[in-house]
Amino acid sequence: MSTEPVSASTPTRPVRHFVMPKTLSGKLYYWRFVIARRFVQLSVLLLFFGTVHWGWKIAGKPLLSGNLSASKLLDVIPLADPFAVLQIVCSQHWPILEAFIGAGVVLLIYILLGGRVFCAWVCPINMVTDLANVAREKLGVRSLIVVSHKVRYWGLLLVLLLSFLLGVAAFEWVSPIGIMHRELIFGIGVGFVAVLGVFLFDLLIMARGWCGHICPLGAFWSIIGWATGQVKVAFDNKACTRCGDCVKACPEPVVMNFKNLESDGMVRAGECTNCGKCIAVCPENCLEFDLRVRLGKSA
Amino acid sequence: MKEINRRQFIVRTAQMAGVAACIGVVWQTMVRGEARAAANALRPPGALPETDFAAQCLKCGQCVRACPYGTLSLSSFSDVAPVGTPYFMARNIPCEMCVDIPCARVCPSGALDAKFPDIEKARMGIAVIDEENCLSWLGLRCEICHRVCPLSNKAITLNIVERGSSKHAKFEPVVHSEACTGCGKCEKACPTEQAAIRVLRPEFVKGKLGEHYRPAVDGHFQTQTIQNNTDIAPEYKPTHKQKAPGLEYFNQELPEGKEGRP
Repeated sequence: MSTEPVSASTPTRPVRHFVMPKTLSGKLYYWRFVIARRFVQLSVLLLFFGTVHWGWKIAGKPLLSGNLSASKLLDVIPLADPFAVLQIVCSQHWPILEAFIGAGVVLLIYILLGGRVFCAWVCPINMVTDLANVAREKLGVRSLIVVSHKVRYWGLLLVLLLSFLLGVAAFEWVSPIGIMHRELIFGIGVGFVAVLGVFLFDLLIMARGWCGHICPLGAFWSIIGWATGQVKVAFDNKACTRCGDCVKACPEPVVMNFKNLESDGMVRAGECTNCGKCIAVCPENCLEFDLRVRLGKSA
Repeated sequence: MKEINRRQFIVRTAQMAGVAACIGVVWQTMVRGEARAAANALRPPGALPETDFAAQCLKCGQCVRACPYGTLSLSSFSDVAPVGTPYFMARNIPCEMCVDIPCARVCPSGALDAKFPDIEKARMGIAVIDEENCLSWLGLRCEICHRVCPLSNKAITLNIVERGSSKHAKFEPVVHSEACTGCGKCEKACPTEQAAIRVLRPEFVKGKLGEHYRPAVDGHFQTQTIQNNTDIAPEYKPTHKQKAPGLEYFNQELPEGKEGRP
């Protein structure tokens, strides 16, 4: 996470930092990924909500019935949360074929889009933790607890172990993501306490605590993204002045390791959520979304 | 990273294990606390047995959307049923027993049997009557539960009990578990302030006989005096010449090599 030049290939270029554009169009351009992400997040929610409450249909088929755990698109294509299905299998229950097909479809979608793209573009908790993050920086709250970002992988193991021991999908039974998502779609209840808990945890106790350190679902998608994610943030080493603005903007700063960026030519780490904050903030425009296959060839 | 010696390494490992164990304990308490569904939180038709159902359900709510009567809802956190699972309360909105069972048809997980053949085979619950507060059992002409029952005269029958000449007969409703689907229409319709007929999930109502009780061929226990008990219990035939152990313990000598207590 060094902000000093580490490469000999970029010796004397002046370091410029990101400056917020003055014009409205410039500002909108800066916010383009945030706007797109909120649009996608809210659209996904609206599709589920509209299908349940307003009976949205296309050609007589319900548009998207269910929720993020499992759903059916146009009454034909099953979708299911692969992590939920994995937990159910670990709990020694065997769902029907439709659940496995749905999990496969969703897995394929996120392999193509890059793993944790779920976290930044779909997951409703992302809006809560982003808000907590902004509030935390505005208020200048210092973290009470600092832990390794790798805690989530131990959490993932604990989920699978507990699922096996308790005979139920351990994370699904306490997941604030599932609770928030269900209550947004099927009616607001006491479950919003769990969402408030995540907000306060991120705000007061641990900076970027839930999404950046704890969430086992994020850990699951991290592994998928690291191993097979296809959409990646490409890194142009020649243009980079190591100003470090991307590191400051990144919600998962551990992925912005210049040594790795230089050798991989992209943000390879699975923890990257493809949120695009680094791209928007880079003053030299040396970060851009690209496909892993192309990056592999050029590197 | 700082160099650490062996003692520090062991302490740190123990600390990490301690943290993991604490989290595990809290976690499993939360899950166990969630795992209890109230007796009157009824599952949709074609559901697996309760523990399997709660474990296998993906909590997607497609059954909730499919129900045309708004009967089902998804459980919230620390609600009457495990978080995110579908249930209904008969007193609020009972099951209308659709013949095509749309809720079960859309289940993607197998927690509900998507191919469940016959709604009358559903066992969502069993109705139980509080005879002390049932208007019909108290001698009034009510019998609403009998009339609203979709399987009237099968799941609920009326037992006509004659009383003295000055009073009309009592029409006592009686529930038959072999036909009751647990739809809950009786509980919904019961006119008493608190329903005198309630639907509970079968495991809260049904007893279990135990395999050592053996009914005779006609399905009933013999109640008349048994003349020759070898009809029911096979005669005891000692395989050795010695007497059956325990039969005449106090008169018996101890077998060789065994000593009695002083």
